[in-house]
Amino acid sequence: MLDQADTIAMDVPPEADSGPTRAAGEEKKIKTTGRVTVNKPIITARDVNVRYGDKHAIKDVDIDIAYNEVLAMIGPSGCGKSTFLRCLNRMNDTVDIARVTGRIELEGHDIYDRKTDVVTLRARVGMVFQKPNPFPKSIYENVAYGPRIHGLARNQVELDEIVQTSLRKAGLWEEVNDRLEQPGTGLSGGQQQRLCIARTIAVSPDVILMDEPCSALDPIATAKIEELMDELKENYSIVIVTHSMQQAARVSQRTAYFHLGDLIEVGETERIFTNPRHKLTEDYLTGRFG
Amino acid sequence: MDTAEKVRAGLGKRYAAERRFRLFGMGAIVVALCFLVFLFASIIGNGYTAFQQTFIKITVHLESEVIDPRGQRDLHKLRTADYGALVKKSLRAQFPEVSGRRDKRKLYGMVSNGAAFDLQAMVMRDPDLIGKVLDVWVAADDDIDMLMKGHIDRGRPEAERRLKDLEVGWIDRLIADQRLEMRFNSAFFTAGDSREPELAGIWGAAVGSFYTLLVTLLLSFPIGVGAAVYLEEFAPRNRWTDIIEVNINNLAAVPSIVFGLLGLAVFINFFSLPRSAPVVGGLVLTLMTLPTIIIASRAALKSVPPSIRDAALGMGASKMQMVAHHVLPLALPGMLTGTIIGMAQALGESAPLLMIGMVAFIVDIPGGPFDPATVLPVQVYLWADSPERAFVERTSAAIMVLLGFLALMNTLAVFLRKKFERRW
Amino acid sequence: MTTPMLALVLLMLIVAAFEAGRRRAFHVAGNEFRSLHSRPRYYGSYTALWCIIPALLLLVLWLSLKEWVITSLVIAELPAALRSQSPGQLDLLVNDIRNQVATGGAAADALPAVAIAVDRYRDLQWLSYTAMWVAVLSAGIVGAGLAWRRIAPQFWARNRVEGIYKGLLLVCSTIAIFTTVGIVLSVLFESIRFFNAVPVLDFLTGLEWSPQTAIRSDQVGSSGSFGAVPLFAGTLLVSFVAMMVAAPVGLMSAIYLSEYASSRVRATAKPMLEILAGIPTVVYGYFAALTVAPMLRDTGAVLGLSVSSESALAAGLVMGIMIIPFVSSLSDDVINAVPQAMRDGSYALGATQSETVRRVILPAALPGIVGGLLLAISRAIGETMIVVMAAGLSANLTANPLESVTTVTVQIVTLLVGDQEFDSPKTLAAFALGLVLFLVTLLLNVIALHVVRRYREQYE
Ligand SMILES: Nc1ncnc2c1ncn2[C@@H]1O[C@H](COP(=O)(O)OP(=O)(O)OP(=O)(O)O)[C@@H](O)[C@H]1O
Ligand SMILES: [Mg+2]
Repeated sequence: MLDQADTIAMDVPPEADSGPTRAAGEEKKIKTTGRVTVNKPIITARDVNVRYGDKHAIKDVDIDIAYNEVLAMIGPSGCGKSTFLRCLNRMNDTVDIARVTGRIELEGHDIYDRKTDVVTLRARVGMVFQKPNPFPKSIYENVAYGPRIHGLARNQVELDEIVQTSLRKAGLWEEVNDRLEQPGTGLSGGQQQRLCIARTIAVSPDVILMDEPCSALDPIATAKIEELMDELKENYSIVIVTHSMQQAARVSQRTAYFHLGDLIEVGETERIFTNPRHKLTEDYLTGRFG
Repeated sequence: MDTAEKVRAGLGKRYAAERRFRLFGMGAIVVALCFLVFLFASIIGNGYTAFQQTFIKITVHLESEVIDPRGQRDLHKLRTADYGALVKKSLRAQFPEVSGRRDKRKLYGMVSNGAAFDLQAMVMRDPDLIGKVLDVWVAADDDIDMLMKGHIDRGRPEAERRLKDLEVGWIDRLIADQRLEMRFNSAFFTAGDSREPELAGIWGAAVGSFYTLLVTLLLSFPIGVGAAVYLEEFAPRNRWTDIIEVNINNLAAVPSIVFGLLGLAVFINFFSLPRSAPVVGGLVLTLMTLPTIIIASRAALKSVPPSIRDAALGMGASKMQMVAHHVLPLALPGMLTGTIIGMAQALGESAPLLMIGMVAFIVDIPGGPFDPATVLPVQVYLWADSPERAFVERTSAAIMVLLGFLALMNTLAVFLRKKFERRW
Repeated sequence: MTTPMLALVLLMLIVAAFEAGRRRAFHVAGNEFRSLHSRPRYYGSYTALWCIIPALLLLVLWLSLKEWVITSLVIAELPAALRSQSPGQLDLLVNDIRNQVATGGAAADALPAVAIAVDRYRDLQWLSYTAMWVAVLSAGIVGAGLAWRRIAPQFWARNRVEGIYKGLLLVCSTIAIFTTVGIVLSVLFESIRFFNAVPVLDFLTGLEWSPQTAIRSDQVGSSGSFGAVPLFAGTLLVSFVAMMVAAPVGLMSAIYLSEYASSRVRATAKPMLEILAGIPTVVYGYFAALTVAPMLRDTGAVLGLSVSSESALAAGLVMGIMIIPFVSSLSDDVINAVPQAMRDGSYALGATQSETVRRVILPAALPGIVGGLLLAISRAIGETMIVVMAAGLSANLTANPLESVTTVTVQIVTLLVGDQEFDSPKTLAAFALGLVLFLVTLLLNVIALHVVRRYREQYE
């Protein structure tokens, strides 16, 4: 479905149209190699710029995210992967100095619009963080928290059900069903991260953002999470930031390569890894990059 | 000379200087600790005797002609009867040889004024006692108490003594008759203030302190936590926030008496709140302890790891929900510790309360935060000003009680900190 | 109806508003319960808050104004003869009327005009009470009603409710500012009134302080007895003695604890020093008056010196003890902030420990230590109980610590404690002294906090 010729579907806007977000004299927009659009996007991001004070961390990024796909974002450290990811559910709002411009739409609704409630947005676009961060509460409470605040369960039975299905989907149920009352912080790192995933899917979001979810885990725990992602993409769209090429290759359908705040190249994962078009992508993938 | 030799030559002097410096350091600590020990020794040495009090056994006839001549058992009559006369009569019976107005007055002065109230209370409790003859232990006058505790020296010439030979003779006779005895001084813990040392207690001041602290706690904890939460979690970084911060830090160092002036001008003169009332004291102490609580609460909030906040926000919790459900519960022990320390400060504070009239002489136990009252430290101040020798030990004992409460609160704070201390 | 009952009615109203809001949320959502923007209870809270806030605001406003309004009305209706008295006498009359109202009615011996005023006062009180509750409850109902009408599925109730909470938190954080403003205004106003009677210059430069002479009402306070220089001198003398004790002892113990002591010694000595900080100042005052002052006097007698029983030395000495832990903990922080690398550099050159401390650490930590000492001085100047109990009342202008002096804080206390006539220069003088005290300590604190902050930033 995505395998049409990798033409650049996005027209590069003429300089005059680049909008007020770019000051005169700033470096020219780098054209993204590869096709950034998809046929049926759940999220479309256009002209996204992020500045931390004077630091321009994301520069004119355009990209779509499709339903039921895993999109991997790779790139050298500090290139802005996390920053871009956090734009997608407005976690950047919590950073005082961060300024986000551009347009990001979730199913056609601008998420930065004044009429969008950030809470509703985050319930639909969940996030899993680099370091597992369960609440210092019981396993049950960790998973039940989201449904509770969003009022997803009408009664205790429904809540129990949600907790159980979420833990099952996260592949954790077998391991913890006899100790739901114990603190989530007492689990192993891998289990904690799966608990965080369970917690996220308990709200049944549309998109799950994962920022290096496996970087604190050992290979076995990593394998489990990767397996899990494969299953989850049946129901959700997943955007994952990773530093592991192998992981990106294993789990994702599409890959986006970022470099110093620019989105350099996007394409089908297989194509990117076998036949990168942009010099920078190639350098990075072959390890020639710093 | 080469370097090594030069160094060696100066070494002795340098090491001597080193030892001297070290000694100064140690000396400083020792001096500070000596002060501490000296202070405690002086307070305890002066105060421990106050927990005992001299009592005299009198044999009273609860004559019905005096108490209830008509035999109606009318409570009002029973209350207003002349019990003092009964006490005097029993003393006269004990020492029949005493004659002359002067000597008699001295004799009556042997027992405390409180004796009559003791009898009254006994009769009110059990009117059937009327008509009976009873042995009753009543508090002795404070001078006798002082003699018994050795603060009045029998060896000094009579003219320089508060108790004359005559009275000392009576006391010896009472001792010989086993009618004089040291007992636990319960009045000290149950009575309000009094001009008579043997009747004066700290209960009134303790209750006043309680109401004052209650008002302080009820106001300063929520306000302090609210302010800390706002500044730490919600406030944008701007000039306004900076001003608030600088303000809080400065308030923490403003002399306490200035808060008293504020209380006098604003709460009493402008808002016409009652003088001497624990509410006003509580309000003033609230303003005083707020900086402490805010600063401690902010530190507690800072120690909650940001990953918890990310987790909550990432789940779609609003900022308010994030704070209420996750951050506050984790920061609460730290906030409570800070609050207890603030309360301990408030409990020991007296200067601003002098300004708002909590120094009045108040006998009654306050029944609520609007009644006139005093507080423990101010009671200490009042007693310290009293000329009677017997108030010295009572002042010291009141200090011991005050320090006991403070020790308790600080221990609680340390315990809380140890128990809930979390390393992330 | 009684106040508790009415309060209960208000409470019930609030609960009802909550319930009504919640139900309406369910109602407007119909079956599509997820179409609601917020959870139903937020719609309830929203309605309840709009019931509480107008009601409480009105209540507070009414309560703070009613006394003033009633009094003005009653005074306006007094016969002209009574009304045209001097303000002081009118105040007395009003107080009298209030007392009679409080004790249940006009006294038998009251003037007819006063008796009428008392009755009027009572009627107005009753009227105000009734009107107040009617108004408060109506405000609650109206507020809740308006809120209730706004409820719709796409109404962001949670955000509104949280906005209100956030506003409340903001109010909490501004209390600190209001306190400062309150302090400034209250001391400033009274001080200005004082300076109307006594020129500022006379106050700040006069060498004689005897406020008691101005107590007679026929005498204006401009008799020249409000010269505050002896108080300033006394304050400085006592603070100086205190700092002579606290600075060396505090600093040396901080150095010893952070540079020399083993961790075991530190673990015991530090909390012990902190005990000194936790002792109430009234205890120090008592200790000074009861133990230290007589001891100094006796020692002086042995040495052939005449030491006043309320000497500046005794008060200053004990105040110094009180400040030791303050100095030592501030210096401790500061010394610990000096980077280890500096020490290492000095040791590597073969310096002994004390040389390192004196030549490297202390100079590096100097700004911080100075800041700490400034804070300590500010404390000493503002300390009250110790000097009230151990220093004297007589305003001697002397630099001899063996004599008795008085301080600013002592005078504030003596002027304001006990019977006071408001408006007399004697009372107002206390506020003028308070103003000076506040400004001086504020200045010291601002400088000290600034210096310490700058110092910390340097090593962070
Ligand atoms: N809160 C912040 N304040 C200022 N600058 C920031 C902030 N967060 C990120 N940056 C800057 O923005 C740029 C992009 O950071 P980002 O965290 O998105 O990188 P990343 O690609 O996720 O790196 P990594 O792979 O190391 O996680 C970096 O140069 C970083 O220094
Ligand atoms: Mg990152």
